[in-house]
Parts: sequence; structure tokens; C-alpha cells
Amino acid sequence: MPELVKERDKYADHLLCSGHTACPGCGQSLAARLVVRAAGRNIIIVNSTGCLEIFSSKYPESAWEVPWLHSLFQNTAAVASGVEAALIALGRLDKVRVIAQGGDGSSFDIGFGAISGMFERGHDILYICYDNEAYMNTGIQRSGSTPTYARTTTSPPGRVSLGNPKPKKDLPQIAAAHGIPYVATATVGYPMDLDRKVRKALSIRGPKYLQIHVPCPLGWGTDPSRTIDYARLAVNTGLYPLYEVEDGVTKAQRIPRRAPVEEYLKGQVRFRHLFEGAGRKEEIAEIQKIADRNIERFGLIAE
Amino acid sequence: MLKGRMIQGCRAIAEAVTLCRPKVISAYPITPQTLIVEELASMVAEGELKTEFINVEGEHSAASLVLGASATGVRVFTATSSQGLLYMAEVVFNIAGMRLPVVMINANRSVSAPLNIWTDQQDSMSVRDSGWLQLYAENNQEACDLILQAYKIAEDHRVMLPVMVCVDGFVLPHAFEVVDLPTQEDADAFLPPYQPLYRLDPDDPYTMGAFAEPDKYMETRYMIQRTMEASIPIIEEVASDFKRAFGRPSGGLFEKYRVDDASTVVVALGSMAGTIKDAVDELRNRGESVGVLRLITYRPLPKEALYEALKGAQNIVVMEKALSLGNSAPVATELRSVFHGRPASPRISGFVIGLGGRDVTVDDAKAAIARAQQQLVDMEFIGIRTDLELEGINA
Repeated sequence: MPELVKERDKYADHLLCSGHTACPGCGQSLAARLVVRAAGRNIIIVNSTGCLEIFSSKYPESAWEVPWLHSLFQNTAAVASGVEAALIALGRLDKVRVIAQGGDGSSFDIGFGAISGMFERGHDILYICYDNEAYMNTGIQRSGSTPTYARTTTSPPGRVSLGNPKPKKDLPQIAAAHGIPYVATATVGYPMDLDRKVRKALSIRGPKYLQIHVPCPLGWGTDPSRTIDYARLAVNTGLYPLYEVEDGVTKAQRIPRRAPVEEYLKGQVRFRHLFEGAGRKEEIAEIQKIADRNIERFGLIAE
Repeated sequence: MLKGRMIQGCRAIAEAVTLCRPKVISAYPITPQTLIVEELASMVAEGELKTEFINVEGEHSAASLVLGASATGVRVFTATSSQGLLYMAEVVFNIAGMRLPVVMINANRSVSAPLNIWTDQQDSMSVRDSGWLQLYAENNQEACDLILQAYKIAEDHRVMLPVMVCVDGFVLPHAFEVVDLPTQEDADAFLPPYQPLYRLDPDDPYTMGAFAEPDKYMETRYMIQRTMEASIPIIEEVASDFKRAFGRPSGGLFEKYRVDDASTVVVALGSMAGTIKDAVDELRNRGESVGVLRLITYRPLPKEALYEALKGAQNIVVMEKALSLGNSAPVATELRSVFHGRPASPRISGFVIGLGGRDVTVDDAKAAIARAQQQLVDMEFIGIRTDLELEGINA
């Protein structure tokens, strides 16, 4: 190993370096830094088009201290499959782990077919979806991950609309249905849990799916200083259940203190229309039902 | 004595691919490419080919997968056709922009609608601006030779661009011909292992596929354009290497058949050149001064060499299995640009022929030649049926 690399190993904390152009309070940039810190230097990252790609790789600069490739929006899982196949051909897969990562737009929507193919073929890849619940890089448009009644620029509330009419697609369960060895949800709000899940995922051979909830101050209309608060509220309301599915067995992380969904919704501009005037009690109750169902389904509250 | 074996085109092409020792192959089935990848799959299954052979869920992923493998530093192969090529078109452009020496076989087939599985060259012509070198084969022998040459050209550090070897669907992969394939030892001597300039490697981390703002993007396209131009002599150099290594000519920029003293020269690509050569022979027997220039290298377009080869002709007759709907046909249009503003100014007529697998006959070729000798033809279809009611289409 070259001297320079050894020297840099002291700074393994910064495999995704500062100086990139992410917004203040960006949940994704923090999560990506935690991921790469947990993963270490012996990785190859394939990254979808999106915020993370744009803010970290503007030529001639790069924030990445690990080998990193961006190709297109929807082919990340397929490109990563090729990286893995080449590592097998070179006899190097025992030393190098492959991570494919993208946002919810590339994972839930346009790149979904390629991810399903990657799972089904059994590639030894950790696929990470940074889920900020809309197309933020293009200016906050609705994705398959956008939650019920959220405002986006393509699901705006209006005289005859209350925002996004459909619930969030359940991608972790779809991933689990492929029978892959490890599926987990995590959040930037609980970094130690995230760190543990990345390390665990990378210790398992085969396809893995990790979905990380990452608040986006710009897209959600939240204060940049409250990113972690909102990430934790999403978990503690039950709206973003944290769980692992290992070889088909689901294990959830219990909620320490249950919060009503209003607490999560009310500070976010994307849900503000639910609180204007007399307020939309029915719709808020509907969102509460989603949280309650999650709490019941995953056993998020200690009996 | 003719060397080689009587062998089906798909098998010959697959064996040629095997001789190049690709480490990763990925493809998605589409007629008429399927026989080629089936042959490769069976070679893998029999242990005759040691490669990571990966069946994917679509052509977009097939191209993406070989992109990732190539960036990791290994030789790769994929094959497609028609809708498959269009489906992966986004990745096709991306591979070239990332300067990855991917080699692909495109079994030329028409583009839907209406659905038609037979050969024409509309598919590969539609990605002519993507930054891939495009080589067109006349027969299976040449298809095999071009595969070996394609890797040598693509992986040359002065090039580092992808190469598409185009073979007319059904006409080549499904046909049985005598094909002379080199031994593995001779193929290895001609085509050494791939030496990447850059690759994804934790010991020496690179960022690949960075994004470029307006102050940088145009230079990346400029560099590909300059490389395209610079690759013309490299294509010739590789063809000479091939001749030296295997004792017979193959590949290069174009093939001239009875061109040098001809006043009328047909320009064509791919398998129909064989038929046109028969027409040329017939006309020569009647005392007419006719030849055919078969373009092998369509991208980069060898403009200077074409000018030199064709400047003595009075009539150039371009026959092609593609068109630019709303204008004329691509090769004729581009050939006119080769002569624009130059001292020699032959009459350049364009004919569209054999779309969707319609047979191209000796009489068709003779009809096009006769028509072009009478007058300049901007673009006409040869062989349009008049006995069909084209319900409102040509009313």
C-alpha cells in the first residue's frame, strides 16, 4: 500500500470529505459520510445521479477518498453488478466490497427494475437508498417514496388537492420478498444504529438492501438545524419503522417514546396545508393510522 | 484450398469472442442476436469459455453491467439488436463519454413500429452520434476478424473508445459459411490482455463519471471528436497488423471492388455489398465502368480517404438500409458533405433499399445504378411495391 494511502488511513473518518456543496443540514450527506466511515476504505461505490452525486463530484473536484463511479440515474444496481462480476473475474471480491447507492427517485422509481435484477441474480452488493421522499435534486418533485399528503412541486395542494394522494411504496418489503439475506431500514437520526447496520450488512455475502431516512431541509421546508430532530420524530411517531429482515426473520427497534404524528408534521412546510385554517383533522388522523399500523405490525412499543 | 470450417455465423462469432478472452459478458435476448449469446452461454456451460456470463433483466442493464465491469478493469462483451440497442441508447452514449473500451455486436435489425424482426441498419445508424466506433461486416469471416480488431482498436491507449461491430441480422448470424478462425495462441499474440489506463481500485482510488459544468463539458466532447479523427490511422494500422499476423487482409476503412477506373461507384455497407458486386460484374461484362466501395468504418467517417478513393468517379450511387425520416438517408447525406467545396464534385445519388429485411437483388442494384446514371437522385426507395393499397399512407 502506498505511503500516501497509509497516511490517509488516519483520517478514515473522512472518506467522504468536507468541502462538497451539499445544503446546510443535508441529511443525505451526513448519512453518506457515516456509511462510508462504517464501510472503510476497501470498497467501490457506484452512485446514481442525484444530489449526492452532484454535490460530491463536480469536476475537477471530488469529495471521495474511495473509488467511486457515477454512470446514470437508473442503472446503478446494474453497473454495480458489473463491478462485482469484474472483481470475481479478477479474484478480488474477498478483499473489496461493493456498495451501490442512490436516492429514493432512482431506487423506488426509475432504477427499480435494475435493483430487482441485482437482488434476483444474487450479486454480493450492498444497495443503499437514501430516502428523502421526493426528487430533491431536480427541485422537489413527487416520487414513489413521497408520503401521504406531502406537498411537492408535482403534487401541490390546491383547491381540489391535499398534496400527494398515495401512500409511500413499501420498498423494504419488496426487497425482502426477493428472499435476499439482509434488508434493513435506518435513519440519519440514530447514527450508531446506522453504523451497526452498515457493518452488519457488509459482513453478509449476497445482495443487501439498506434504506436510510434522510430529512431534506430544502425539500421538506425544515430548519437545517433540526434535521436530526425530524429524523428521530419520524421513527418515534411510527411513520418510519426501523427494522431488519435477516434471512426472512424481522426484528424491529422499539420506540423509546411514542410521539403523535402532529409533532412530526407540523413544523414541515410540506405538510403545512394540513394545519392551515381549521386544520385537516381527518387527514392527520389518516396519517396517524399509518403510524399506528406500523407500530402494531412491527411491535414498535414494548408491551 | 479454402481454409476454415463450414460453420454457422453465430457460432463463428461466438468463437471469435471467446478467442478475445472477455472476462465479463452480459446480454439480454433479442432476435436476431440471440443465437450468438446462446452459443456463448453453451460455451460457458461446457467450460470452454471462462467468463462471468450474466443474464440481466433488459438491455439497459446489459450495457450498464459491462460498463461497470469495464471500469473495474476487465475486457467485456455484449450483444444486442434493434429495440435492444435503442433501449440501451442512453448507456451507449454514457460508455463512450466515460471512454470505456467496450465491444459490442449489433445484429442489425429494423426498428418498430410496425414490429419487424428482419434486417436493416436503422438501429445502429440511430446511435451513430454516440461516440462509438462503428464497423460493418459483409460476411461472417469479416465479422469474426472485426471482433478481434475491435478490441485492439478500442483498448489502444490512443483511442479508449467503445466499438460496435455491426452484422446484418439473420443474413450473417444465421447463415452457414466457411470461416477461418485463428488458434488461441495466434489470437493471444495479436490481442494481448487488456491494460486499463484507469480502473476502480481501493489502492488507487479514482472518481469516475464526475459531472461537468458548462466550462468543462464541451472539452470532453472535443476530446472524443479529436480521438475519433486520430483513430482513423489506428484502424488502418490494426488492419495491417491483422494481415501480418494471419496472412490475409480484413477490416480497415473500406473495401474497393473494381473502383479505380470506374466512372460509376456504388457505396454500400454490410452484407448487400456481395449482391452489388454481382451486379457490378454483370455490368462490367457489358462494358460498363462500374465499381463498388464497401464502407467498413462508418464511425469515424474516413472523409479524406473516401474523397481520395471516389474523386475520380462521375456518379456515386449510395445504397443504404436506413433513412433519416424527413430528410434523406444518412450515408448519402454524409458523403455529399465529404465532397462539398472540393475540386472533385461527382453526382451523388441516394437510394433506400431492403428495409425490414426485404431482399436486395442484383436487379435492384442495377435499377439504382441505371437511375443514377440518368439523373441526380436526392433520395428514392428501390423496390416499393405498387400492388399494395397503402391505406392513406401514400394517397
